[in-house]
Amino acid sequence: MADFKTAPADASAGVKLMTWVDNRFPATKLYKEHLSEYYAPKNFNAWYFFGSLALLVLVIQIVTGIFLVMHYKPDAAIAFASVEYIMRDVPWGWLIRYMHSTGASAFFVVVYLHMYRGLIYGSYRKPRELVWVFGCAIFLALMAEAFMGYLLPWGQMSYWGAQVIVNLFAAVPFVGPDLALLIRGDYVVGDATLNRFFSFHVIAVPLVLLGLVVAHIIALHEVGSNNPDGVEIKAKKDAKGIPLDGIPFHPYYTVHDIFGVGMFLMVFCAIIFFGPELGGYFLEYNNFIPADPLKTPPHIAPVWYFTPFYSMLRATTDVMVNVLCGVVGIAGLISLLAVKGRAKIAIAVGAIVAIALLKTFDAKFWGVVVMGGAVIILFFLPWLDNSPVKSIRYRPQWHKVLYGIFVVFFVVLGYLGIQPPSDAGTLVSQVGTLFYFGFFLLMPWWSTIGTFKPVPDRVNFAAH
Amino acid sequence: MSDSPVDQGRRTWVAITAGAGAIGGVAVAVPFVSTFTPSERAKAAGAAVEADISSLKPGEKMTVEWRGKPVWIVRRTKEQLDGLKKVDAQVADPKSERKPSELTPEYARNEYRSIKPEYLVAVGICSHLGCSPSENEKFAPGAQPSLPDDWQGGFLCPCHGSTFDMAGRVFKNKPAPDNLEVPPHMYLSDTRLLIGEDKKA
Repeated sequence: MADFKTAPADASAGVKLMTWVDNRFPATKLYKEHLSEYYAPKNFNAWYFFGSLALLVLVIQIVTGIFLVMHYKPDAAIAFASVEYIMRDVPWGWLIRYMHSTGASAFFVVVYLHMYRGLIYGSYRKPRELVWVFGCAIFLALMAEAFMGYLLPWGQMSYWGAQVIVNLFAAVPFVGPDLALLIRGDYVVGDATLNRFFSFHVIAVPLVLLGLVVAHIIALHEVGSNNPDGVEIKAKKDAKGIPLDGIPFHPYYTVHDIFGVGMFLMVFCAIIFFGPELGGYFLEYNNFIPADPLKTPPHIAPVWYFTPFYSMLRATTDVMVNVLCGVVGIAGLISLLAVKGRAKIAIAVGAIVAIALLKTFDAKFWGVVVMGGAVIILFFLPWLDNSPVKSIRYRPQWHKVLYGIFVVFFVVLGYLGIQPPSDAGTLVSQVGTLFYFGFFLLMPWWSTIGTFKPVPDRVNFAAH
Repeated sequence: MSDSPVDQGRRTWVAITAGAGAIGGVAVAVPFVSTFTPSERAKAAGAAVEADISSLKPGEKMTVEWRGKPVWIVRRTKEQLDGLKKVDAQVADPKSERKPSELTPEYARNEYRSIKPEYLVAVGICSHLGCSPSENEKFAPGAQPSLPDDWQGGFLCPCHGSTFDMAGRVFKNKPAPDNLEVPPHMYLSDTRLLIGEDKKA
């Protein structure tokens, strides 16, 4: 416990008040640790806007969500009508709802860019592994939040999207059908499903999300921010123990981030006012038709932010499972040559068991595993990257090309996930899926290959 | 921290108390998880439904709702029935041998997957991820978008492109692993069909 402090007799009323508070709650200490004396590297670039923007969008979603719940009815018979009621009869209700629906897509735009920043500058490397892991958990919670929220308007896409995703769980061997029943609470997606998704969407997942965001920021402020050069600024400190390349978050980065907020809100408002549906990408047209359990829309596609993973699900056909068996076999053979002694037996047995499992269960189940694995694999990134430097700036040229191909494949997978299924599309998404997993699973090896540039002692920064 | 040695007797009781608390905690989870299972009302809603098929013409399909799912009744033409033989080699499970107890009742375990060859009764839910190919019946044979050139007529699932023949049998190398489910059903008379119950029940 800190010692009890007393303000000087001639201090101002404000100082006396804060002394009184600080003796009971560490207000000033928290302010200093997280804002005025949190030293962030001075060479942040535009990529560093997206963390604070994600926080802004979270606040927008919570505030607009609170107001939407005041008018929305989570009942399969009247849910669709209550959303239309918000859009037409509640004064300014349309604006609140468009802020919420556009905010959902904006959240994913901002978070994907934020994650990409972490990827290219090595922000997940030691000692920031837990910052990254908490961030991945936030991404996962966000996907759950978005998926359950999408059911609430009870339109055709809401209904059939939920039907498809809940049925993913039915593909799990042995317990699948019971698990799907437990999630739906009925034999088909219905009122019971809507009510529980509503409860999760407005209470459970947001609480988890907020807790994870706090953990993400506490972990970040414990280890300090990375920067585009991937240089540890804490390695070079001045006489007072302040990093030479660090500047206090407030006022420097609060002002910097307010500029980012201004730019973001311009785009955000333009979408809300001039194209809230964004050509069917943010709000799908089929969702303006009330849910009909007897009629699947001719073309079902998830909202754009799920489509890269959805493409991987669709790519996993019987042929793809055979290819995966081949990949496991080749990987097993190579490792057999690489290791000696008893490990040889373990690898041989492991590879045979893996191939047997691949052939035993349906391709449908493996599709689910591939889709889930594509998200889960991100958690392990800190332990997959063995490159001697953090930042892409000091990596070999061919690494940059590889990251470029990765981004192209991710976007192409996203595009194909929106399109109706086709043979050519399936083939491309199969190649993309293999590349995606190869990128991560082979990273321990490829990340060490090539000529790395020397990393400077201090960050690159030119005042402007 | 005190320097005195650990009192093993107390340590044992602490462990027992913690264990008993954990068991209690798990036991409390049971009622909470139970609330996720279908309610008594939802279970009661699964009764059998009757369908009148007297006005169904050859080549036509009608849909009835059973347990919230679409059940199709298709009156197949002679050509469509003949087409079934041609695709025997292209479908994944021509003789309905996979999961027979769930998907195909005994009386429908034949070439046509039906009691009377003419009438197909099947749940219109794709065995992949539960989409309904209803609006996408592709009964007309021949080349069409998303379908092979030697198409004999059948169903196309809009979600992931699985195709089924006129007996609801899934084609090979498609996302859907199984044929369409034939629900338990029986003929009350020549024109009245009961879906959800058969003679065994």
